[in-house]
Amino acid sequence: MTRRERYNLLIGLLFISPWIIGFLAFLVYPIVSSAYLSFTRFSGFGAAQWIGWGNYTRMAGDALFWKSLYNTAYYTLLAVPIGVVVAIVLAVAMNQRLREIPIYRAALYLPSVLPIYALSFIFIWLLNPRYGLINLVLRWLGLPPIDWLGDPAWAKFSIVLLAQLGAGQYALIFLASIRGIPQTLYDAAEIDGASQWHKFRFVTLPLITPVILYDVVIGLGLGLQVFAPSYIITSGGPVNSTLFYVYYLYNNAFRYSQVGYASALSWVLFLLSVVLAYGIFRWSRRWVNYEVGT
Amino acid sequence: MRTVESKQAGLERRQPGPRKSQRNQGLWISRIILIVASILYVTPIYWMITTAVKSPTELAVFPPTLIPGEWHWENFARSVEFIPFGRYLINTLIITFFSVVGSVISNLIVAYGFSRIQWRGRDLIFGLVVATIFVPFPVTVVPLFVIFAKLGWINTFLPLIVPTFFANPFYVFLLRQFLMQIPFEISESAKVDGASEWQVLWYLILPLARPAIAVVAIFAAIAAWNDFFGPLIYLQDESKYTLSIGLQMFRSTHQVQWSLMMAASTLVVLPVIVIFLAFQRSFIEGITLGSIK
Repeated sequence: MTRRERYNLLIGLLFISPWIIGFLAFLVYPIVSSAYLSFTRFSGFGAAQWIGWGNYTRMAGDALFWKSLYNTAYYTLLAVPIGVVVAIVLAVAMNQRLREIPIYRAALYLPSVLPIYALSFIFIWLLNPRYGLINLVLRWLGLPPIDWLGDPAWAKFSIVLLAQLGAGQYALIFLASIRGIPQTLYDAAEIDGASQWHKFRFVTLPLITPVILYDVVIGLGLGLQVFAPSYIITSGGPVNSTLFYVYYLYNNAFRYSQVGYASALSWVLFLLSVVLAYGIFRWSRRWVNYEVGT
Repeated sequence: MRTVESKQAGLERRQPGPRKSQRNQGLWISRIILIVASILYVTPIYWMITTAVKSPTELAVFPPTLIPGEWHWENFARSVEFIPFGRYLINTLIITFFSVVGSVISNLIVAYGFSRIQWRGRDLIFGLVVATIFVPFPVTVVPLFVIFAKLGWINTFLPLIVPTFFANPFYVFLLRQFLMQIPFEISESAKVDGASEWQVLWYLILPLARPAIAVVAIFAAIAAWNDFFGPLIYLQDESKYTLSIGLQMFRSTHQVQWSLMMAASTLVVLPVIVIFLAFQRSFIEGITLGSIK
């Protein structure tokens, strides 16, 4: 290395040092430390007591652990694909020559920036079986009322519905990507006699696959972390049907003082997210198209 | 690499559509989809505001009224007296203010180091920064709590503020995207004239990067204002509560006062709506810049 290179390396590291410190203190250390804690019995106070694989064997036989894992998978597998489809439909609709597009754009994006706790409060009231707006609309349509939050079969789905209020943000990312597709590709398709659907299927869709990947990855991450809506709306109920993984982790760490067990749960979540992210990036090579830059 | 300006233009650009009859049909289908979706997306906000001004008797009416019969504006005054709203507001503002300061300073400096200085291994480490975006936050929550407890920071705002001074991968990514687009000749000529990296950052890059800094400031402010999980874990004393967890108090009473709760929610949501409408362009720039291509 020349003197100049060494100097630049030093200055560069100096500039990124806040990130290095944060990375080590708020990410690496906690992950390593929870690895250690996951092998102990620890109440949060006093000394941690080494118990080997105890927490992990306990997890294997813990019905609530499996239940929360199942709930989280159910939620994520429903919320993410629905979210991608809703966002793409909205984006394609917004990619039209309509003068009032800015109004739709604002209306569709707005819920994405609102606090989830406030939306959750509103949702409880909207879904109220007796005084709620949603069941009133069902009545107009001649449909029977639904006990949205009291029926275990519907409670999870209610939270999936709430998540869809965030789709507007992704719709705008899709829209930016669609607007970046060269018009010549559509012209060429038209010369070949392609219908609107064919143009969407064979021009638009392949070219927005990088954004689909982005949406899926971010959506999965958020799905694994879902907490506030079930904490606020259903307190994990009814019959643990909305007890999500992070909620169970939270309960163990902060309610039951099972810090060791909660650490083991954290580690499983960490491994799960690493494996999922890796799997998705691998899988994405088959369907994500980076050929024509947007 | 595309510039921010052209990305903006990309959002606004209209494409010449297909044949006319097809286009009209598509136009109307799109319009109907968008109107229905917009109504669905705005309904929760409408329902919140109208519930806020209804009287308890009107709330108990079945079926619910779509437009309030009487508008009880005094519900807003009653809601802020029902809980220590002022205290929670001040707490939330303190946390939000310092989060914004911390985020702007730390992410700008770090993003500068990742974009405007050439050093060996830079892009490799930046890959690591991006990878950390995907680590779920709850993974670190338990040991972080243990650390903050040892430091005596539980029940203070410090666990919510201090980490913002150590950069956030998402904001670093966003700012770096922007800083890469500023021509390098500008800083090179300044350095030839003897300016240090600090001076280049402070006098040249900072003024040019203002739009991107605004995006980070707005995102950080909204994130702090909206945060629920952090305050729930770290703040235990009622006098330390933020609005996000303070509003729960409306539900701890034996009977939920829905109109008061919705009135308080309206007051919390309103600043976010105003900021959103005022800075819509920055929001859109932020999410499209922040999405990984």
